[in-house]
Amino acid sequence: MVDLSVHLAGVTLKNPIIPASGTFGYGREFADTYDLDILGAFSWKGTTRDPRPGNPQPRIAETASGMLNAVGLQNPGMEAVLREEVPWIAEHFHGPVIANVCGFSLEEYAENCRALEDAEQVKILEVNISCPNVHAGGKNFGSDPKSAAAVTRAVRAATKKPVFLKLSPNVTDIAEIARACADEGADGLCLINTLLGMRIDLNTKRPLLANRTGGLSGPAVFPVAVRMVWDVYEAVPKLPIIGCGGVDSAGAAAEMLLAGASAVEVGAANLRDPWACKTIIEDLPGVCQRLGVDKISDLTGGAHHGE
Amino acid sequence: MKQGIFTLERTRQLTGDVWELRLSGDTSAVTAPGQFVNIELPGKFLRRPISVCDWDQEGLTLLVKEAGEGTKELVRLPAGTELNVLSGLGNGFDIAAAPEGAVLVGGGIGAAPLCGLARRMLAAGRRPALILGFRSREDAFYLEEFAALGVDVLTATEDGTLGARGFVTDVLKTLPGCTCVLACGPTPMLRAVHALPQLTGGQFSFEARMACGFGACVGCTIETRAGLRRVCKDGPVFRKEDILW
Repeated sequence: MVDLSVHLAGVTLKNPIIPASGTFGYGREFADTYDLDILGAFSWKGTTRDPRPGNPQPRIAETASGMLNAVGLQNPGMEAVLREEVPWIAEHFHGPVIANVCGFSLEEYAENCRALEDAEQVKILEVNISCPNVHAGGKNFGSDPKSAAAVTRAVRAATKKPVFLKLSPNVTDIAEIARACADEGADGLCLINTLLGMRIDLNTKRPLLANRTGGLSGPAVFPVAVRMVWDVYEAVPKLPIIGCGGVDSAGAAAEMLLAGASAVEVGAANLRDPWACKTIIEDLPGVCQRLGVDKISDLTGGAHHGE
Repeated sequence: MKQGIFTLERTRQLTGDVWELRLSGDTSAVTAPGQFVNIELPGKFLRRPISVCDWDQEGLTLLVKEAGEGTKELVRLPAGTELNVLSGLGNGFDIAAAPEGAVLVGGGIGAAPLCGLARRMLAAGRRPALILGFRSREDAFYLEEFAALGVDVLTATEDGTLGARGFVTDVLKTLPGCTCVLACGPTPMLRAVHALPQLTGGQFSFEARMACGFGACVGCTIETRAGLRRVCKDGPVFRKEDILW
């Protein structure tokens, strides 16, 4: 029997597989496909204080081994999520929920974290400082160490729950951002969000997405994510990392763990195959046996050690 | 929604860029005309959403227009190819909600779901009229198939080479008794039909770029009078009164 359980800042997950924010809604679309309780946790759709309609159409473009999206944080707003989604989730999923929280100001980040303080099932706040598809008068908070630190400070003071900052890959040195978050008391990190990209429509000779740019996800970004998880693990070895980016198999999940992740988010794969997480979870014991571990948590950071 | 392996039984080219594909497999998830399937293609990350033209217990008939790389490859796959298909996606046309005298209106490849729709309306004792619009005679397809079903087909072509010269709206205007349509076609056509003052109701099937096809990614959201709606999960068929342009 392989022990698949993992720990994230004091929160136990029965296995390391977490559907990634923005590919799983608030769980409803998947409740008919499989029993949600097989999941280690799930990260809900990035939620802002106010409802957001998102960006104009088209919002989706295909790429080699992946896709661009420019959804633009469409969500019903925190109040509606607390009223409509949190009770639904409690009925259909009994594990820890990771709340992906977005904001357009330090105050909004703090307010959104405070709003979730009494949502008992929300065990981890995943603070999204890296959405590439919204324009709040400039770059996102995750694009430099100072603003990443400021968000971390603001949310740290606003909540008792573990805080994981979701980092952007669209930076020169992600390790520097990770250190800035760690210094301000982040309990963990989640990386990576999508890579900024663009496609041009040859019929119109204009960008294919109405938002012009979008976030690249899917297997195309996997090696970038593994490298960044590796770098961040080296920079802040004490902080648990949720590795995210292009994972579509149990083998890829194991690579993420070996690079330094304690748990793994699965994103775009859910959109191509709604049963992707279920298949990955079922395949994990076999991969662990192949790698010679009885406890999957022993894989974390394994690639950094020994010869 | 069901995931299953379908076998491509045969393909038939109908026009320069429209093909008929027959797939065998488990169609139990398909419940209404106007629903779609999402087909995984080798070497492509996203599935290709294709409207169901018709179905029976043995399989699906799809009409596919070559629009890009994916659909170009799909229509050229050899018979016997096994395809991973998500079926039973979306909400289709609601025949019970369509009043007697409702007219089916299709533009180009939008004619596809009207076949399964017409067959089921006929089975329900209805005898709908059908208006199909194409650019030109050489772009027209499925006229014999519709006639064989037993529906009266009126056509319009932009260049007048088949049926009335003009658009489906020009034909609709000659039918002042028609106050309700069940329509599928390109957005400009849907919009023009929707704007006809003679209509008091109708159902309109939309098209959108989408990633998942089952509501998870919210990539295909449109604004409606009832709020934000996903074309894939809440549609693709929307009621006239809910549609905003």
